[in-house]
Amino acid sequence: MSAAIADDSRPRLPRGVRLREDKVRSRWVLLAPERVVKVNPIAVEILKLCDGSRSLGEIVSGLAERFKAEPARVSADVRTLLASLVEKRMAEL
Amino acid sequence: MTEAPPPPEGLLAELTHRCPLSCPYCSNPVELDRASAEMNAAEWKRIFSEAAELGVLHLHLSGGEPCSRRDLAELVEHAARVGLYTNLITSGIGLTRDLFDKLVAGGLDHVQLSIQGVDAAMADWIGGYKGGYAKKREVAAWVTNEGLPLTVNAVIHRGNVEDAPRMVDLAVELGARRVEIAHTQYYGWALRNRANLMPTREQTDRAYAAVEARREHYRGTVVIDHVAPDYHAKFPKACMNGWGRQTMNVSPSGKVLPCHSAEIIPGLEFWSARDKPLAEIWERSPAFQAFRGFDWMQEPCRSCERKAIDFGGCRCQAMALLGDAAACDPICTKSPHHALVPEIAARDSVGPVDGFAPRRYAKAPELA
Repeated sequence: MSAAIADDSRPRLPRGVRLREDKVRSRWVLLAPERVVKVNPIAVEILKLCDGSRSLGEIVSGLAERFKAEPARVSADVRTLLASLVEKRMAEL
Repeated sequence: MTEAPPPPEGLLAELTHRCPLSCPYCSNPVELDRASAEMNAAEWKRIFSEAAELGVLHLHLSGGEPCSRRDLAELVEHAARVGLYTNLITSGIGLTRDLFDKLVAGGLDHVQLSIQGVDAAMADWIGGYKGGYAKKREVAAWVTNEGLPLTVNAVIHRGNVEDAPRMVDLAVELGARRVEIAHTQYYGWALRNRANLMPTREQTDRAYAAVEARREHYRGTVVIDHVAPDYHAKFPKACMNGWGRQTMNVSPSGKVLPCHSAEIIPGLEFWSARDKPLAEIWERSPAFQAFRGFDWMQEPCRSCERKAIDFGGCRCQAMALLGDAAACDPICTKSPHHALVPEIAARDSVGPVDGFAPRRYAKAPELA
């Protein structure tokens, strides 16, 4: 499933899906119609880059460099996250 | 209950009980608040600010028909400014293009549109409003063309139960990202009209399976939220995800309720957002405290392994069917009174649908 996301796709959060800090509960959340999704710190960093301007490849290489991580590992994390959000109509490619 | 409860995630603001439609299953109380009792914009805005500070994330602007409020755009703009995710729950009737544009400019996040049938004949009959279906289709197009997420909400009952799966298809055709197929929940007006709304067990099972089958078919296209027909269920719903755990309702006149139906429970003391800060009401009002946690439970709930899953079901249902709001929701097959439920469902699901008590204001006393 995650392999289906192309390197040159430009992931973004559609209108009506908002990444925001929930200060009252000291966490980050993704807000969508009738949904509150808790977002872990790694996913926050990924989603902040999903604004439609960057390709998936750029997002992966940027994160791998910044966090000194294996690109293959980062790629798998990013694709898994995006695939689950796309299925819920909370991200677009 | 001395410990402060975690803050609520959602607030349902019933801005008004006025509505151009008269759906026979309306979830508003049978005693509707009149326009003269409604809070003004300044009061609502203060409540929204307090809600955001308290930790509310989602604000559901509902009614009645929220578009019946002339100050709706001002309210949305304020809610968005204080950081709330704003969801407009509307029939579409009364929403003009000009108002829609103002709501979008003010930061509206999501529109939930009710649809009463898959064609005009059914939809306009149930809603009691000629031309309603065509108007809804127009509103759906405004929402999707703007790029805002659209939810289609359809309530299922004996009159349209055979169309339940086609409601999902209609939602997809209208470009909805999410569809809510809600089998009628019997409170308020729906309880009054139960004998004309209840589908047979066979109709319910067929409709339920057909909607579930759409899930796989439309994966990635539309999210289906399926509200189960509880009279035909084995376990009760986790009503409100537990009393006073996640959400609060504010009535048009400012009463803060644990759920929209809670006023049917006698003896509960509701506090008003006109008099007290929302945080204090959430944490300390007697109505919220009444069924929080597990101490209020009777058997079989008290020792039940599912008590943290469904919280004993629905307090209003226990009240409506058994006259005891602290009893196990009789939908549960573990309730000693469960036999009542299939009996009612069987009795109320026979015969033709021969008309409803339409939702409307009681006649003013001087005209009675």
